[in-house]
Amino acid sequence: MTTQTITRADVCVAAVSDAFKGSGEVLAHAVGIVPAIGVRLAKATHTPELALSDGEAFMMAAAPPLLKTAAAGGTPEAWVPFRSIFDIVASGRRHSMMGASQIDRHGNQNISSIGDWRRPKRQLIGVRGAPGNTVNHRVDYWVAKHSARIFVDRVDVASGVGNDRATGTAGRFHDLGVIVTNLAVFGYDDAGLVKVVSIHPGVTPEELQEATGFPIDAADAPLTREPTADELKIIEAEDPKGLRFKEVP
Amino acid sequence: MLDKTLPLAEVAGKLESGMTIGIGGWGSRRKPMALVKEILRSDVTDLTVVAFGGPDVGLLARAGKIRKLVYGFVSLDSIPLDPNFTRARERGEIPETSEYDEGMFVAGLKAGANRLSFQPIRAGLGSDVMAMNPDLKTVRSPYDDEEYVAVPGLRLDVSLIHLNRADAAGNGQYLGPDPYFDDLFAMAADTTILSVEQIVSTDDLTAKAPPQTLLVPRIFVNHVVEAPGGAHFTSCDPDYGRDEEFQKSYVAAAKSDSDSDWTEFEERYL
Repeated sequence: MTTQTITRADVCVAAVSDAFKGSGEVLAHAVGIVPAIGVRLAKATHTPELALSDGEAFMMAAAPPLLKTAAAGGTPEAWVPFRSIFDIVASGRRHSMMGASQIDRHGNQNISSIGDWRRPKRQLIGVRGAPGNTVNHRVDYWVAKHSARIFVDRVDVASGVGNDRATGTAGRFHDLGVIVTNLAVFGYDDAGLVKVVSIHPGVTPEELQEATGFPIDAADAPLTREPTADELKIIEAEDPKGLRFKEVP
Repeated sequence: MLDKTLPLAEVAGKLESGMTIGIGGWGSRRKPMALVKEILRSDVTDLTVVAFGGPDVGLLARAGKIRKLVYGFVSLDSIPLDPNFTRARERGEIPETSEYDEGMFVAGLKAGANRLSFQPIRAGLGSDVMAMNPDLKTVRSPYDDEEYVAVPGLRLDVSLIHLNRADAAGNGQYLGPDPYFDDLFAMAADTTILSVEQIVSTDDLTAKAPPQTLLVPRIFVNHVVEAPGGAHFTSCDPDYGRDEEFQKSYVAAAKSDSDSDWTEFEERYL
């Protein structure tokens, strides 16, 4: 009998899937390879009512091949061009897992630029939909390469709104969920500060602290669960080429 | 029948330095590249550019033609960042920027199209979009305790958009999966220049596709330019997809430390 070694990428996919447990009948927005597989796993297991997107203009009853659009296959069930997306955002019937170039202890996220925005050291993509997403519906983050350059004391540009800034109307529908990384899963404590929920098998609390630019307490953190045999079959079927291992080697 | 056809070579004559120009499409998708090239070939400069940015913004920024940029992002989609745009920002070569949340950008266009001074939206509250745009104001709801961002209406002197088909009167048709916001760009502008893959008869527009594909009515279009391949190297589905190889060569030339690599690319491109 051989023992199957569970890969880190598959642990991350299962953690993403868990983040969408109980989301209900909403449009799943997943940026990145691991998140894209994770929402498919969520739909295939505990949340069949979840609505998937092809990343272009369609909501998909049966998803196209990974990272491809409806033109490559699958079954569209609704037409959701970009103009509908902003209305769906404002309706709240959406759940995002976005990337992040910086995240601080309050959950502020930056994808806009590094340094002073007036003349940035490094210009990134722009705030995109992060400000709107975070004040309208549940938002999680995915960080494929957890480091102290990403988990910083203070973000240079708050693109996604953190818990400390979510006051008044900005706080009405504000709902930060989890941050899944290649090392751990984080949530937020009662004060809205980032806290460790679980640490991935094979990662030490010291490693995790070293890769995080603000103090965290991982000493008593439980291990992130491993995917089940059934889940592994689904993951393999959704990603037969192993694209997830490019994101999390 | 009205004939609004305009030769490509006469497009720059409709533009002036200092104008506010809206550019349709999204990222590296259905960008009016043939029209943008006409700007690049002309001495028109000092522009305020309003766009969901792709290589249109990168090229205009590299050519030093942008005085102010209003955007939610600049991306080449299959390649996340446009090196011409990032370089211009990092060198301080775009004097003024208005970076908005994407939803705010649409709200601004809608307000502009509706001739309203602003449109309220939740997006932007609590984020640094407010700090990056110190002129932005919030508005109190007259009905309850909510407070929203009042996105000022974006009015455009000229909009440049590219669609699949149009008739000579300027009724524009898209045949791909997403209209993007090209109709809004047209409605928010005083003058709209529409380029298309092919000009066809009005009968032909609905002979081969459902009427819902008629995105932009002629009442919002001033000039129609027939420009086959006019979105290249961005996508113009279903006529053609993005030319990924060409886009890679664009990125390589833009990234190069040697200015001659870029000059060579630009000359070949134009």
